[in-house]
Amino acid sequence: MESTEQPRSISGSMQSPRSPSSQPYLSVSVTDPVKLGNGVQAYISYRVITKTNLPEYQGPEKIVIRRYSDFVWLRDRLFEKYKGIFIPPLPEKSAVEKFRFSAEFIEMRRAALDIFVNRIALHPELRQSEDLRTFLQADEETMDRFRFQETGIFKKPADFMQMFRDVQSKVSDAVLGKEKPVEETTAAYEKLKHYIFELENHLAEAQKHAYRLVKRHRELGQSLLDFGKAVKLLGACEGEPTGKAFSDLGTKSELLSIKLQKEAQQVLMNFEEPLKDYVRYVQSIKATIAERGTAFKQHCELAETTKLKEINLDKLMLTRSDKVGEAEIEYREKARKLRENLRG
Amino acid sequence: MMGSENVEEFKEEMESLFLREESDRDFNGDKSNSNYRSAMSTLSDSPHPSILVTPADSDPLFAPPSYYSESRSPRSKPNGGNRDSSYLEPPSYADVIFSPFDDNSEINGSDDGGSRHSQSSDTLSRSSSSLSSDFIKITVSSPQKEQEATNSMIPGGTTYVTYQITTRTNLPEYGGSDFSVRRRFRDVVTLADRLAESYRGFCIPPRPDKSVVESQVMQKQEFVEQRRVALEKYLRRLVAHPVIRNSDELKVFLQAQGKLPLATSTDVASRMLDGAVKLPKQLFGESGGASAVEVVQPARGGRDLLRLFKELRQSVSNDWGGSKPPVVEEDKGFLEKKEKMHDLEQQIINASQQAESLVKAQQDMGEIMGELGLAFIKLTKFENEEAVFNSQRARANDMKNLATSAVKASRFYRELNSQTVKHLDTLHDYLGLMMAVQGAFADRSSALLTVQTLLSELSSLEGRAEKLEAASSKVFGGDKSRIKKIEELKETIKVTEDSKNLAIRQYEQIKGNNWCEVERLDRERRADFLNMMKGFVVNQVGYAEKIANVWTKVAEETSQYNRESS
Repeated sequence: MESTEQPRSISGSMQSPRSPSSQPYLSVSVTDPVKLGNGVQAYISYRVITKTNLPEYQGPEKIVIRRYSDFVWLRDRLFEKYKGIFIPPLPEKSAVEKFRFSAEFIEMRRAALDIFVNRIALHPELRQSEDLRTFLQADEETMDRFRFQETGIFKKPADFMQMFRDVQSKVSDAVLGKEKPVEETTAAYEKLKHYIFELENHLAEAQKHAYRLVKRHRELGQSLLDFGKAVKLLGACEGEPTGKAFSDLGTKSELLSIKLQKEAQQVLMNFEEPLKDYVRYVQSIKATIAERGTAFKQHCELAETTKLKEINLDKLMLTRSDKVGEAEIEYREKARKLRENLRG
Repeated sequence: MMGSENVEEFKEEMESLFLREESDRDFNGDKSNSNYRSAMSTLSDSPHPSILVTPADSDPLFAPPSYYSESRSPRSKPNGGNRDSSYLEPPSYADVIFSPFDDNSEINGSDDGGSRHSQSSDTLSRSSSSLSSDFIKITVSSPQKEQEATNSMIPGGTTYVTYQITTRTNLPEYGGSDFSVRRRFRDVVTLADRLAESYRGFCIPPRPDKSVVESQVMQKQEFVEQRRVALEKYLRRLVAHPVIRNSDELKVFLQAQGKLPLATSTDVASRMLDGAVKLPKQLFGESGGASAVEVVQPARGGRDLLRLFKELRQSVSNDWGGSKPPVVEEDKGFLEKKEKMHDLEQQIINASQQAESLVKAQQDMGEIMGELGLAFIKLTKFENEEAVFNSQRARANDMKNLATSAVKASRFYRELNSQTVKHLDTLHDYLGLMMAVQGAFADRSSALLTVQTLLSELSSLEGRAEKLEAASSKVFGGDKSRIKKIEELKETIKVTEDSKNLAIRQYEQIKGNNWCEVERLDRERRADFLNMMKGFVVNQVGYAEKIANVWTKVAEETSQYNRESS
């Protein structure tokens, strides 16, 4: 990382005197949700502001417009490229249609997206990702193009091949009655895995309760409001001093109600949402663990095929056939893949 | 209440849970209820220490601001024990709220002495007759099934439930100080009916409903218990009424052993018979005064059929404005009052409903707080068991603090709520009392109707007499038969005249009763509502403080995280 030299940007952009000029930094914020489009196709766009002094970036500050599916694209790319690393989680897609544009939902989502990008920006490896740079800097049209590539309805041919191979290996296993090791593992690893799975359950339960706590706060606030109103009306029927007392009681109840609603909001944003965030994080970890398993499986398969190819090669060598050259190339390729896979 | 004598009482009651009788003056007779409610109300929490507490002179009834300077002067603020300060510092409400479940008083040092008794100042603010120490306390208990002894052919008569009604009193009108009787619900109905007859124009507390349920349900534990509670409340209200508590009917009900010696409403058939016999007497006045008295009772079924018919006719003609009623409901004040009462009733209904949903919301809050706490305790346990790193255990510990705090808060919410229920019960109770007011107003209206009927009857009788006289005078020497008729008519007129005068007197009396009762009701309602509000608010504040303390403590304990993250 270029820590000591201050890159002199060709465009002559100035460093703000406040920034620690020797420290590389990359800070992002997600702001200003705006509703765009109409009807079914309406969506929310966010402003993503990047402030940095890293040379890979075009200048100290950049602002782009992004939407939720752009974030999804970024996450998917990172997930593919950086296997074994826990990718920060994204907030969920909204299940309920009419909730999609409520102010609360939008704010919760914006906050979660902000955390998402910042976690990436702070991660020593992920922050170097080229996809991140694309995400933070590309103009909207380029971004759209990238996004469409990924979210095409038809999967890439590579995926199809993988599916075939999966089926193939499962069948051959069944036929040959071979027992395959599911995953490379140690006792410590198993313990951690078990921990993660259990943790998700506990966190999810806690989060559920936290959400209901928010709801109850709101309900209490509402009923205090109604009570206050009723009591004020009652006070209007009564003479003094009862009437005034009721009226005061009513007013205070109404004030309290407002405070309760505020408190509910705080509990939501500062307690429930972070809990939900952790639940998602644990889920993301689980996904990575699953990937590890898949990778291991693939590795085993490759090892097998390589082995087969080796056997084949030897055979061919013995028979001094023309096919040797070909087979050798194939073999080398497989071996290479195997080594690659091992590393990942 | 006088100052000095209360110092002693106050102190002695500190040591015991002896409930003072005045707590019975609550219209909500529930024993523990009055305990709390009066406990709440002992806090003359004038937030301004400058309000001088004046012992004897302010009659809390009539001077509105005096409510706040209730003369509970030696009320010690438990900030460090029982000081004899007449100046009330702004209390820490948390200290003052008494929680019987709160074994570990989290309040620094001082014991929550201040509220552990029913210094029933709520009654203080109500009737000045509570100055002396007379008391009367009623308990309804031990419901039992009994067999109806029938002499019919069918073996084993119907079963019914009796309740033991225990009275403890030092009122001189009652012969003894402690006695108890067994009564069944039917007896209560009788009592209520007799009272309604004798105390027309009064706001008589409504009796518990007759339930239209099948006998199976009647015997179920839950139903019996509900009824027992309702009976107790009803009887306590009766004795709380300054006039009714002295009634013979009530005394008999509470004291007379064995069968209740009050006339029950006879069955319709015999009343019809009675009526048929009495009819001519009523019309032709043979039984004189006695029938006049009967006449002024409100018309009821059976014997009064004829009268009902007449009065109905009268009221119809009143309504249609056919003939101007000689006695008009002239009292604009009354009509206004009636209107106001009706409005009040509506608002009380509304407030009572909102109070219910408030209570529910508080309950839900307490529940979810508890569940959240439990979930975190589970998480803590899990972390401790599965921890791989020490930091996990440290976090788990902090989390445990959070969890136990949530559980504590939940407990406080539940306590808060159970007290809230007791306070806001006042609203529910007044619903019943509004019904009593309606009854009182109805008494007045029906009395007026009786008067009007009699007046128009009188005038028609007189009209007939005139006609007969005129006709008879045309006949030379008098018309024997007509003269005889005139004589009879004159008799009837005389009786009717007497009845009319009696009816008018009754009406006036009822009017007077009405007026007194409404005054009294207004006074008591004012005091009750103020007490309710005070209790409610103090309760809320006290628990809010307690809960806030809990969270503050946790926030302090985990403040390191705040520092770390900032």
